Formats: sequence, structure tokens, C-alpha cells
Amino acid sequence: MSDIVIQASELHKTYDETAVPVHALRGVNLQIKQGEFTAIVGPSGSGKSTLLNIIGGLDRPSSGNIQVGGTDISTLNDNQLIDFRKDNIGFVFQSYNLIPVLTAKENVEFVMMLQGSSTEERDRRTKELMDAVGLGDRMHNRPSELSGGQQQRVAVARALAPKPTFILADEPTANLDSTSTANLLDIMARLNKEENITFVFSTHDQRVIDRARRVVVLEDGLIASDTAS
Amino acid sequence: MSTLLKLASRNIWRNKRRTLITAASILFGVFFASVMRCFQVGAWDNMINSVVKYYFGYAQIHKKGYWEEISLDKSMEHSADFSQIVKAYPEIIDLVPRLESFALASAEKATKGVMVIGIDPEPEHNLTSLKDKIIEGAYLEPDDNAVLVAEGLASFLNFSLGDTIVLISSGYHGANAAGKYPIKGITKFGSPDLNKRLIHLPLKQAQYFFAADNLLSSMVVNIKDKDELQSVMGHLKKELDPEKYEIMDYEELLPDLMEAKALDVAGGKIFMTILYTIIGFGIFGTILMLLRERRYEFGVLTAIGMKRHQISIMVWLELLFVGILGCILGMLLATPVVLYLESNPIEFTGDFAATYEKWGINPVLPAKFDLSIFGRQAWIILLMITLMAIYPFYEIFRLKPIKAMRS
Repeated sequence: MSDIVIQASELHKTYDETAVPVHALRGVNLQIKQGEFTAIVGPSGSGKSTLLNIIGGLDRPSSGNIQVGGTDISTLNDNQLIDFRKDNIGFVFQSYNLIPVLTAKENVEFVMMLQGSSTEERDRRTKELMDAVGLGDRMHNRPSELSGGQQQRVAVARALAPKPTFILADEPTANLDSTSTANLLDIMARLNKEENITFVFSTHDQRVIDRARRVVVLEDGLIASDTAS
Repeated sequence: MSTLLKLASRNIWRNKRRTLITAASILFGVFFASVMRCFQVGAWDNMINSVVKYYFGYAQIHKKGYWEEISLDKSMEHSADFSQIVKAYPEIIDLVPRLESFALASAEKATKGVMVIGIDPEPEHNLTSLKDKIIEGAYLEPDDNAVLVAEGLASFLNFSLGDTIVLISSGYHGANAAGKYPIKGITKFGSPDLNKRLIHLPLKQAQYFFAADNLLSSMVVNIKDKDELQSVMGHLKKELDPEKYEIMDYEELLPDLMEAKALDVAGGKIFMTILYTIIGFGIFGTILMLLRERRYEFGVLTAIGMKRHQISIMVWLELLFVGILGCILGMLLATPVVLYLESNPIEFTGDFAATYEKWGINPVLPAKFDLSIFGRQAWIILLMITLMAIYPFYEIFRLKPIKAMRS
């Protein structure tokens, strides 16, 4: 069985809603394997958010092909894409985006509920993940009762809950202080190492870049460098 | 579904003030619409009850064709079938027999056209409270050979109690009808028209006078509960030969009154439509605010795998919960008000009351407590919410997660 999780070939993306078309991606080729801990970096406007959105099935390429876990997601319709994201991709957003009216536990098990998992399975997995992110004692707190760092750890647990093919994290440390950033990176690195979970980040944060085992640099919609440590 | 219910029930309290304002506007609408409608139904029930109890009854049985051409010659046999019907159906208190026609009443120097009604005194009183309308003298007994004369007529003919009135008419199939009867009682009716021309005779005397032995113009149906009328009508239509009899309820007997009611109800509906339109704008404002505030959140939910129809159902449930909250509060507020006004109706005074009394209508404005009225208001609100939820559904279905999360 192939261990390639993400395979992007000749990805182009042009935004032509404005008077002057914007070429965000100009032929990106990228392959990410199971268990990689990859940071996609680059200046603003380099196309890293666009690449992440396409990898995450939130946007479609203008041309090219994107396969996630062997599925060509550019051929899926909107509804199929929602299902695909639910079952295969864990998202961690810059501003956490937890559901404010649900407790930390309920947030973590939310996608599992959408998947139709049993209560027992949800309870077991939620507890396991909340313990893994160090928040086993904050299960019943609502997001407003947690710090930014704690919320982002809950968001990581939520992303992991449905056992996705990989985790896509968009600037996950942008709103965190240095202690919370270090904590979060420790947790993600441990999960990556111990459970072989694939992480893909977009980031500006040098602390994240330093911890990444592969750094893909985008410039003007093209991969300028791709280095593995 | 339980996830959506949980989310929706918690989401409505995210913006407490907005939820309460929306619920309050629904409360206001349900309260006013319910109270207004209860008054309208109560007022019409009062009016119809008064008119029905005054003379017409809730239904009448005639010989087929009688109502089309009211004439003694269209009288029917006082059949044994009628007493069987009363025994068979407990909803019917009684069938009240009448023989009616016109006659000339004469005094020494005056003559006047009158309406002569032959009655069975006890059942007639049970239906129309005729005994209570006697202002002088005594009520009739079945075997009396005497009459009750309306006050206006007695005054016109200059009669007083104990005088003898002469009646001349054309009887059944053109027979001569003439008789003289002592006045046993003077009656007073609210309606000036009836007051000037009514004479009541015991049924047997009327049948003898009109040479209409064992004949009746009508059998008035006296029932226990107005709400049973349709079932009683069903029984009667089943039991009585439609080739021989016509059975008419008060709506058919009083088409003018029903038309006036329909007009009033239509006016009420226009008012309600305006009221609900105003409330509808309030709810729609809430929907617009909700969509604007939560666009980003809907984008995130779609991104992490929540389907658009699930988000739409969640939003619909939120609106529904606010609607149900407003409806329940509105009904809770309206219930004691309506119950109070049902047992303590607004009493008319002065000329207005006099006009009501003149027509034999109780001069009050009662409210009628009827749960179906409350229920209907709630259904209207919930239906409005469901229809208005089409707009957020449309917005959610065309939502692009990337654009929504950039908003």
C-alpha cells in the first residue's frame, strides 16, 4: 500500500474575479507521505493559504490534480467534499474556531457525532485525546472558559478525533504566546512521532518552522525550496 | 438530530437580548391575535345564541319546500318519527313544534295583520324562555283556549288582559279560519317588529283555528350543546326522509346574519394579516442578523464536515425554539385575560346596550376561551418561521466555506 497521503500535480489556481487575474498557484507539484511533519512557509501572497485550501478540499484548483489518500478530490462535488473532509482531514485554524456553545468534550466529539460514532466510542476517544493534549481535567469547560493555548489544544484534539488521514493546520500558533506555542508544538510533535500522524502547517512562525521535519517554501505560486531535515 | 437539537437549543441563548426581543414580538402578536379572535368568536357566539334562543333554534325541520314558499299548505304531519328521534339521540333536548301563519286581529275599531304561532308551551319556553317575556298575566297551558299578545300589538289594538281578540285568516287549503280568544298574557319582545305582531296560541288551538289538524309548520330542534349541532344534523338527515323533509341549521335559516359574520371575520383576518406581517418583519430581521453574525461560523462548520442541510436544520430549529418560546409566553399571558373576560364580559351601557337589548341580544362582549384559537395562532407563527427559514436555507446552500471564513 502506498504511503503517499497527498499528491499535488501541476496545481494552478487563478482568481479572476478582479479586473486583473491573480495567479496564486502556478504549477505546484508536491508529495506528502504518511507521518511527515511539514511546514509550508512563504511570504504573504506566496500562495500557501491557497495551497492549503486546495489540499483541504475547501477550494478547487483551476487546473491540475490533487489526490488525498488516493482520491482525486478535485472531481468530488460539494457534498462529497464535505463528507471527504469530515472523514479524512482534521483542521486546526488560526483562531481555534471551537463551537462556543459546546463544552471542550462536546467540541472534540462533534465530528464523530456527525460520523455517527457510538457514545461509548466517542467517550473513549475524547478522553484519550483530551488526556493526550493535557486537558483531561477541562472536559466540561466551554471555550470561553479556556485560554487561547488551551482552546488550540482542544482544536487539535477535535481535528484528531475522527482519525483523519492528515491534519491541516493554518497558522496554528499565530494567536498563541510562546509558552502555549511550545506546548502545542510538543503535543503535535509527540502525536506525529508516536502515532505517525501526518501534519501539514502553513506558518510564518519560526518556532514552528524550527520544529518541522520538512519545510516547503512557496514564492509567487511556485515551490522555491523543499528541504527535509 | 440530537446533536442539532442540542446545538440549536444552546445557540438561541448566545445572544440573549436578540432572542428575548424576537420572542417578545411573537408574544405580542400571539397575545393580541388570540385575545382579539377570542373576543370576535365570543361576540358572535353571544349574538347567534341570542338570535337562536330568541326564536329560530339551532335547526328546524320542515316539510320539503316550506322554506322556499312559507305557507300553511306546506305544513307537515306531526309524525311519531319525531318523538323517536328525541329518544334516540341524547344530544337533542327536544323538538319544539310550531304552527305559524298570518291572520287579521280585530278590536272594536282597529284591525292589524299579525303573526299567529301555535306552540307547545313547555318545550317552547325551554327553547325561547317565552314565559320570561310575559309582562302581564300568565303563561299558556297546553289546553288553554287563550292567547298571548305582544305588548306593541296590544297597545295598538287597545287591548288589555282579559279582553277578547278576534282572529280571521285563511286556514289550511283555503279553509275559513275565525276565532275569538281571551288574552291570558301580554308579552314583550326586544325586537319592535315582533312586538307589534306576535300572537301565541296553544298548538291544539292553532291547529283547530287554521283547520290544520295534527299539522305543523316546523319542528325546532333544541340541542344541549351547540358544538354537537353538526352531529345532530347528521342524525336528522339520516333518520328523516329527504324527499319529505328539509332540515336546516341556523346558518341556512339566518343567511343575512351569517353574511355579516363572514364580513366581520374577513375584517379580523385583514387585521391579523397586518399584525403578523409586522411580526414577520421582526423575525426576518433576526434571521438577517443571525446570518450576518454567523457566516464565519457556518463556513467553519462546513469545513469540518457538517453538511449544509444539517446547518439549515439547526438554524430552523433555533428559529422554531424562539417561535415556540414566544407562542407559549403569548398563550400563557392571554389565557388568564381571556378566561377573566369570558366569565366577566365587558358590559355595554347606554344607547349601545339598549340597541342590543332591543334585538334580544345580551348587551355584553364576552371572550370565548377556545384552545383551538390559541393553537391556530401558534401554527401561523410556526408556519411563518418555516417559510422564512427558506431564505437562510438558500444562503447556507450557496455558502462557500473559504469565502465565509474570510468574512
